Amino acid sequence: MNVQWTLLYMFVFPGFLFLIAYSMICEWVDRKLFARFQNRIGPPWFQPEADFIKLLSKEEIIPDAADKVMFRLLPIFAIAAVLTAFLYLPIWNTNAIYSFKGDLIVVFYLLTIPTLTFFLAGWNSTSLFSALGSVRNLTQLFSYEVPLLLSLLGPALLAGTWSISGISAFFLKRPELLVVNIIGFLVALVAVQGKLERVPFDIPDAETEIVAGSFTEFGGRLLGLFRLATDLEMVVVATLLSAVFLGGSFGLHPVLGFIIFVVKTLFIVCILTLFKTVMARVRMEQMMKFCWKYLAPIALIQLLINILVKAYFL
Amino acid sequence: MKHPGKMIPEVFSNLTKPAVTVKYPYEKAKVPENFRGKISFNSKNCIGCKMCMRDCPAKAITIEKVGEEKVFRAKFELDNCIFCAQCVDSCPRKALSSTPEFELAQYEKAKLKVIQE
Amino acid sequence: MSQIKIPIGPQHPALHEPESFNLTLEGEIIVEAEAKLGYNHRGIEKACESRNFIQDIYLLERICGICSHSHSTCFVQAVEEIAAVEVPLRAKYIRAIIGELERIHSHLLWVGVAGHEVGFETLFMYAWRDREIVMDILAWISGNRVNYGMNTVGGVRRDISPEILEQILGSLNTLIERTEYYTRIVTDEPTFMGRLRGVGKLSKEQALSLGAVGPIARASGIARDVRQDDPYGAFSEIEFRISTDDHEDVLGRTVVRVHELMESYRLLRTLIENLPEGPIAVKVPRKIPVGETLSRLEAPRGEDILYLKTNGTEMPERVKVRAPTLANLASIREMLCGAYLADFPIIVAAIDPCFSCTDRMIRVGNGKNDNLMNWQQLREYSIEWHKKQGLDLGQIK
Repeated sequence: MNVQWTLLYMFVFPGFLFLIAYSMICEWVDRKLFARFQNRIGPPWFQPEADFIKLLSKEEIIPDAADKVMFRLLPIFAIAAVLTAFLYLPIWNTNAIYSFKGDLIVVFYLLTIPTLTFFLAGWNSTSLFSALGSVRNLTQLFSYEVPLLLSLLGPALLAGTWSISGISAFFLKRPELLVVNIIGFLVALVAVQGKLERVPFDIPDAETEIVAGSFTEFGGRLLGLFRLATDLEMVVVATLLSAVFLGGSFGLHPVLGFIIFVVKTLFIVCILTLFKTVMARVRMEQMMKFCWKYLAPIALIQLLINILVKAYFL
Repeated sequence: MKHPGKMIPEVFSNLTKPAVTVKYPYEKAKVPENFRGKISFNSKNCIGCKMCMRDCPAKAITIEKVGEEKVFRAKFELDNCIFCAQCVDSCPRKALSSTPEFELAQYEKAKLKVIQE
Repeated sequence: MSQIKIPIGPQHPALHEPESFNLTLEGEIIVEAEAKLGYNHRGIEKACESRNFIQDIYLLERICGICSHSHSTCFVQAVEEIAAVEVPLRAKYIRAIIGELERIHSHLLWVGVAGHEVGFETLFMYAWRDREIVMDILAWISGNRVNYGMNTVGGVRRDISPEILEQILGSLNTLIERTEYYTRIVTDEPTFMGRLRGVGKLSKEQALSLGAVGPIARASGIARDVRQDDPYGAFSEIEFRISTDDHEDVLGRTVVRVHELMESYRLLRTLIENLPEGPIAVKVPRKIPVGETLSRLEAPRGEDILYLKTNGTEMPERVKVRAPTLANLASIREMLCGAYLADFPIIVAAIDPCFSCTDRMIRVGNGKNDNLMNWQQLREYSIEWHKKQGLDLGQIK
């Protein structure tokens, strides 16, 4: 791989530019579908872009007591972590641009960084509502992280590899085994809503309780970057789930594979929107109880099933 | 069993229904028949009893005499008017009536002072 | 655990009107709550004294955007009582019809707000969409969606035509169907139920001692409804059931409101079917004789009380309104203590607060400079105060 191609991959496709454009489309699909479910018209296709540009053009206000450098850097950290994670995910074929043994764990922890930046951002803003929001951010992290990791372990165990590309390649050979992971997929779908802070788990930025949570003091450009980071995170998570649980793009011709990638990620986004539409926000203690009492044991059962399948059918 | 997502059939059925919201400035909302909008004044019927001025809760209407004859004109302060149409009820000669006009916003406050003759 | 104090309001997304709550938190649990009134005092009561009775109807109607008809009805009832006017029966029925429609639209609005406060946006959108049906009915009858302007001293201003009555009966079926659907959703959706059950407890004894009114009292098992306790207008002729519940929490308040919706649909049917023929208003002299009275009315949020004193002129001597929110505000503290911070929005929303209706002039005593001053004294005090600061403002008139 020569340098020009690497740069192209990183900055244009499937890296930076493509991902930003695609995340905006996903946000639009999310908002439009949400509106149509509620019998509303919904925004036009360029609304996410318009919102982003508008936020970029606004004044940047930083609280006096906050650490200015950190305040400005945190949104960029969040975006950088998400973009890096995307490079390890296979898009149009079973191979990611970069792939090594154990990249599943790396991607997983790269996806935790945005949550940590949200926490730091809230803590650093030195406002009461931000502080409450950031504490909630961390508390929530502890409740969804374990079930999510356990559910991701299932396919990895089955494929016998810690690499996402490896898992995709494995399911290409044995597509019938995708059915085995259906429980794990559902657990992961529920858990990522905690990660993406969407209803019913949008506790850290529950508008009616603590204004905007960690982002209360953010505005203008920095808020725009944070919002971009959450959008990107949604796409990356959808891609991760599609690669791990839905068999990626089945190693077809790149164009066809790309179409399959789009279909699968949009499918996951639509499911997330449906969840958001039909549920109310739960309380923090209800979420903890739910995640530890139901979600984590179900994920463990999935692991057990996978172990048995691996022992007897492979 | 009580599982979450009881609304799923309902939300899916809404996908095929047309939206109930309207794109307001492009698509006008229907105004009910007896809507109380901007008041219109008919000077032919006015006898200058000023009952409307007495009853207006917002002091938004002023009836003035024009010249020597018994001819009157009405001055409306639309920024004060609360569109209760009490003046229409109070008028003994039906010189005032409600119109369905409701888009009265102006960039200049002075334009909200309307004189009808 | 260390305590933190957080100020909620006067500007906060959970509150739709300016009102300040100071919550003391231990972690996520509220240990102490304090409500502060007085951010939206509009001087309506004083303004009433310088306007005639006709003008006052419109002014009092604007106390509240949701229960506007309740406030104006309460006022005209008081005026009619002092003037000893017998209102035509048809006018009484029309007032009751508008009153029930207003209750339906207020309760549907509340269902939506409750959904919004716990992050259930879809319920909010659906409830408000279906509320449009009631708003349309009100617009057909009165011409406008809010502030209907239907009341006048001695009757109502507009008649309801038979065609509109037909349309109302038709729309009622849709509303009944939708309300039944919401009842199912409210009781079946566990994420929503989990946010309502056991939240904001107020026992029957507490509700009685704190003087809760309306759905709050009824949700604590107190069958208290002015329409039955002290029947006014058309309600002296019509039978209806008071919906009570013994959950004593936000769920109970939801159940009571949903039952009241169903009861209102039934009431509306009866009212429309028995609507008598006849005039809709009688002429009342502009000058009202000397007298004083207290008028009570069951607004959607609870009991509305209006005190009126007249002096024989065109204008009242004194008007005093006690909006239902003021009576329920006292119980908020009881409900909040021990609750989660996350439950704050829904607990406050459960009393269906209307803070602007509630704001009257209050006298805050802090123990030290606790004295009342009239305008002249206040002026002299301020001149003295500024003199001490080295600024002589005495010359300015």
